[in-house]
Amino acid sequence: MILTLAFRNLFHDRIRLVVTLVGILFSIVLVAVQLGLYLGSSRMITANIDHTQADLWITTFGAKSFEDGGMLLKPGERHQALATPGVDKVVPLVVSFAEWRKPSGGSTRVVVVGTDPEDEGLVPWALKHGTWAEVKSPDGVAIDKSYFRDLDVTGIGDTAQVAAGRIRVKALTEGVRSFTQSPYVYTTLARARHLLAQKSDATSFYLVKLKPGADIEHVRADLKSRLESAEVLTQKEFRDRSLRTWLFKTGAGVALIGGALLGLLVGTVIVAQTLYSSTKDHLNEFATLRALGSSSGYIHKVILGQAGLSAVIGYALGMIIALGVVFASRDTPLPLVMTPWLAVVLFAVTVFMCAISAMSAIMKVTKIDPAMVFNR
Amino acid sequence: MTGEAVLEAIDVVKELGSGAGKITALKGVSLALMPGELTLLMGPSGSGKTTLLSILGCIMTPTSGMIRVTGHDTEGLPAEKLAAIRREHIGFIFQSYNLFPTLSALENVRIALDVRGDKGFKAAARAEECLREVGLGHRLKNHPANLSGGEQQRVAVARAIATSPSVILADEPTAALDTENGQQVMALLSRIAKEQNRSVLVVTHDPRTLPFADRTVYIEDGQIVRETRRPEGLDAPEITDLSKRRKAHG
Repeated sequence: MILTLAFRNLFHDRIRLVVTLVGILFSIVLVAVQLGLYLGSSRMITANIDHTQADLWITTFGAKSFEDGGMLLKPGERHQALATPGVDKVVPLVVSFAEWRKPSGGSTRVVVVGTDPEDEGLVPWALKHGTWAEVKSPDGVAIDKSYFRDLDVTGIGDTAQVAAGRIRVKALTEGVRSFTQSPYVYTTLARARHLLAQKSDATSFYLVKLKPGADIEHVRADLKSRLESAEVLTQKEFRDRSLRTWLFKTGAGVALIGGALLGLLVGTVIVAQTLYSSTKDHLNEFATLRALGSSSGYIHKVILGQAGLSAVIGYALGMIIALGVVFASRDTPLPLVMTPWLAVVLFAVTVFMCAISAMSAIMKVTKIDPAMVFNR
Repeated sequence: MTGEAVLEAIDVVKELGSGAGKITALKGVSLALMPGELTLLMGPSGSGKTTLLSILGCIMTPTSGMIRVTGHDTEGLPAEKLAAIRREHIGFIFQSYNLFPTLSALENVRIALDVRGDKGFKAAARAEECLREVGLGHRLKNHPANLSGGEQQRVAVARAIATSPSVILADEPTAALDTENGQQVMALLSRIAKEQNRSVLVVTHDPRTLPFADRTVYIEDGQIVRETRRPEGLDAPEITDLSKRRKAHG
């Protein structure tokens, strides 16, 4: 009967129900969009790091992110790393911003990524058209389809000037986007160095692969002592540092989380107001329940039932819209991400929001005087 | 007599308000309600009828004096314990019926069982049984808005008896009803008192209810001033279901 009464109270006033659901829906969509953007941004920021097979990263001191490696590591450091017990491979990786000159004039910034996947460093992923073998052919690069307009190209075979050299699009990726909005241009290590007019051994990062059974902390400490002018980070540390740099030091993440909190706050206020006014309207019924001998817990459960039902309905409607927004954003430069984990978090947030919203109504009903049943 | 009473007020005083606005609504009222008896509590407006009803129903607590429900003293009990006493021992009928507008007649009765933990099929069957007992077996699914005033009050009676309370407290149960429906409700309450051996207290100022009373207690200015009993051998008038009678008369 608790749920029946909660359901009937909720659906008794359809306009108020609509207001409640709009409040929850608005809140859910806003939180989903903000957190979806946050997740989408996080994935973009760490996608390259996540697709390497490194146990440890050797970076220049203070390298803030994948795009901030510079070209300062020296071959001597590679040799020192290779000589460290427990180290199996040390794979160079070149990452640097460069100028992409559009075929029809003008230019844009890109991030040139030089890698030799056969060395088990960074393996380009999501190659949908063309192969890495084709990228290895003269002037070959791979770019993402979503950046055709930015790069002023139409597909495989188009050419452009990147920094000091000429390139030809030989392969295309799908869904590999850049948080900096400077598209990634994947090519071989040697060609990247050539395009960037760097020495044939210039490197941004060394990706260290350990021998089976080697203790990562032990090897790291050993590497640190040998490489005085470089930093040695675990994959997770470098990943976290990249996220911190782009999401928090730039304020982007704070804005996204702030937006989500704002959505939550607005939703809470709207739901609290409608639940409170609903409780006020049904005060005589709650007083009757109290007079009939119901415990205060019983009445609280009715109100929480109303809040819970609002949460479930509002969440379902909100998620439908949120998934629509996610779908619509899939081909944009900043696609939203919705994961099962985020869906669960959103549900928990909705229930929490509605439970908090019910507090004012519960406080109101706690003060109810059952004697009011005689005064009607 | 004290040992048999299901509900007793002993020297109850109730002060309402504070400071200069303080009034003494009850001035040492003692009353014992016996099983199988319909008692009327009559008096003019402001005489303390409803205050006494609230105190007897453990909704209000007396300033001094004692309330005993089935022999148990309620003094000093917290609100939740008093609520437990209400749901176990007391049934209420209100002037404005106080039915839940969003629930059907059956659900309105079931909720009284639900608050005391009686759920499921058995509770539904009991609620239906009570509604049939008050002549509303054909209106189980109807919501209050679709019931007449008399029918709504009968739903309230069904709700009051559903939990098999020792005592039923009714606050002006006929005030919102026409004569026919008022008589029907009073006959129903009288029958419940007799057949189910419950104690029924009806607060009223409606003189048409007098023939149904086994005992009539008069209260004035917060004090019981008079009490009368129906003479032995004189039964309460029997009122058949008026809707049936109307049908019979075509």
